[in-house]
Amino acid sequence: MTLWKRQILAIMRIDLAKTFFAKRGLWIYLLAFVPVVPMVGHWLFGHREHPLGEDVQVFAGIFQFFFLRVAIFFGCVGIFMNLFRGEMLDKSLHYYMLAPVRREVLVAGKFLSGLVAAVSIFCLSVVVQWFAMFAHFSPDLMSSYMFNGNGLSNLISYVLAAALACIGYGSVFLWAGVRYKNPLIPAAAILVWESLNGILPALLKKFSLIYWLKSICPVSIPKPPGNNSIFALLVFDIDPAPATVAIVNLLLLAAFVVVWAAIRARRVEIGYGTE
Amino acid sequence: MSDVILLDNISKFYGEVLGVNNVSLTIPPGITSLVGPNGSGKTTLMNLIAGLLQPTRGRISVCGLSPLDPEQFFRVAGYATQYDGFPRGLTGWQFVFCYLRLFGFSPADTERLAWEAIDRVGLREAAQRRISGYSKGMRQRIKLAQAIAHRPRVLILDEPLNGLDPLARAETIALFKQLGTEGSHVLISSHILHEVDLISDQVIMMSQGYVVAEGQIRGVRGEISDQPMQILIRCDRPEYLASKLFQQDHVVEAKVHADRAGLLIRTRNAEGFYKFMNHIALNGVQIESVAPADEDAQSVYEYLIGTEESTK
Repeated sequence: MTLWKRQILAIMRIDLAKTFFAKRGLWIYLLAFVPVVPMVGHWLFGHREHPLGEDVQVFAGIFQFFFLRVAIFFGCVGIFMNLFRGEMLDKSLHYYMLAPVRREVLVAGKFLSGLVAAVSIFCLSVVVQWFAMFAHFSPDLMSSYMFNGNGLSNLISYVLAAALACIGYGSVFLWAGVRYKNPLIPAAAILVWESLNGILPALLKKFSLIYWLKSICPVSIPKPPGNNSIFALLVFDIDPAPATVAIVNLLLLAAFVVVWAAIRARRVEIGYGTE
Repeated sequence: MSDVILLDNISKFYGEVLGVNNVSLTIPPGITSLVGPNGSGKTTLMNLIAGLLQPTRGRISVCGLSPLDPEQFFRVAGYATQYDGFPRGLTGWQFVFCYLRLFGFSPADTERLAWEAIDRVGLREAAQRRISGYSKGMRQRIKLAQAIAHRPRVLILDEPLNGLDPLARAETIALFKQLGTEGSHVLISSHILHEVDLISDQVIMMSQGYVVAEGQIRGVRGEISDQPMQILIRCDRPEYLASKLFQQDHVVEAKVHADRAGLLIRTRNAEGFYKFMNHIALNGVQIESVAPADEDAQSVYEYLIGTEESTK
C-alpha cells in the first residue's frame, strides 16, 4: 500500500475514535436519532387505521423539513468543523503537522474520517426511522410495499440523500473549519442561504445544497394550501432536478470544495495565540 | 546533504506585530540553546524552523530540507512544542504509537519504535494510562517521546525541562547530551540559564524579535567589550594581590572574598591581566586558581538583555 494511503488510514484511526466516542459529540447522536422518538410513539400509540401512503408523506416531510435541514446540517457542523478547528482549540492539531504528511493528505484523511462517522450515524438513523415509522403495519403490507412497491427504492433514496448531504455539508464545513478562525459565522450564513432557497430565483437555487438534495428525495411533499406558509417555503420545490444530475452535481461540488480546503490547508499556521 | 540549520534573513510578522526580524543563523550540529525573555521570539523562531509558521520573508533550510516539504522534512526533524494540548482520550502509548503510524512504518516497527521512545523518557509504567491523568512532568516526557520516536537527526525542543522533577531533569539533560554527541542537532529553548551552561555547545540569545548574540558562550562573552571581565582568583594573600592589581589601569574593581582566600576582580583587559598574574606569581603569591567568573549564560544574558526582563 502506498504511503499516502497508509497515512490516510492512520489519520482515520485517530480521528474516528475521537468522532465516534467523544462525549462532546453526544448531541450529534441525539440530533440524528431524535426523529425516531415520535415515530416510535406513532408506532406504539398512533391510530392503526390509516393508509400507508399517509405515513409515507409524513416520513418525507420529517426527512426534508427536519432531518436534512436541521439534523444533518448541524450534525455536519459539529463533526466536520471540529476536524480542524476543534483541534486548534484543543491545541493538538500540530501533532499532525509535525509528521511527514502532506497537508492535502491530512485534509483527505480528516474528511474521510468525518464522512465515515457522519454517514454511519445519519444513514443508520434513516434506516431506524424507516422501520420505526412503518413497523406498525402488517408484515404482509410491509413486504408488499418494500419488495413489490416503492418501499425499498424509497429507503435507498433516503439513505443516498442522507449520505450525499453528509458529503456536501461535510465538505463545506470542513473548508470553513480550515479557512476561518470562527467557522460558526460562515455556518450561520450557509444556514440562512439554504433556508432562503425556497424563495430564490431558479438560477440561484442551484447554488445551494438543499436544492440538489431535495431533488434526490423520492417522495414529493404535497403543496400545502397557501404558498406563503413557512412550510411551503422550506420544503416545496416546483422545479426539482433529475436525481442523477443532482447526485453528480453534489459530488462535483463536494470534490471542488475539498480540493479548495486542501489548497487552503497548505497555508494553515499553528500559533494557538500564544505569542 | 547539508548538515546545518540555515536561516537566511528570516522575518515573521503577525499583521503589524513583529515576531522575529532579519534573523540569519547557521546552526551546526550539537546542542544549541535559545534564550531570551518572554515575547522575544523564541517560540516563533522554533515554529518557523519546524514549518508550523511560514516566514513573511526569508528562507529556512534544515539539513538541506525545507520545512514546507513535510514528507521529507519530518523524516529528519522532530519537534516537542511548549503547547500543553493533547488529543483527547489517548493513553501515553496510544499517543506515541498513533502519530508514529503517520510515518508509514509497519505496525511491528511502529510498536518497537514507540516503546523504545517511551523507555528513553522513562514512562513505560505509565504508558497505558490516559495522558489527561499525567503530571506536568509526565506530559513533558511523553511529548519528548513523541518527538524522538522516529529517531530524528534534528530535534527542536521548546522549554523541554519545564515541570520536570530534579531526577527527570538530570535524565533528560543526559539524553540531550547523548543525542548531541551522536551528531544530532538539538535546539532547545530554556529559561534556566545555569542548565543552558551545562548542556549547550552554543547559544542564541534573542530579544524583541532580534538575535542579539550567537555562538559559544566564551566567544559571545569575549565580544561584549563594554563590560569588564570578571575573574576569580584563589590565593593566599588576596589583600596584597588586590593592592597590586589596583595599580593596573585596566583593573576597575577588586573585591576580597569573604573567606580571605581569594578575590574577584573586574578588568577591561583580560590579556593584560593574565600577563600581570604571571609576573605576580613569580613574586611569591601562592595562586591556587584563576578562572573567569562571568563566562556563563547568566552573565552574558544580563549584559546583553538585562536583568529587568524575566527570562522564558
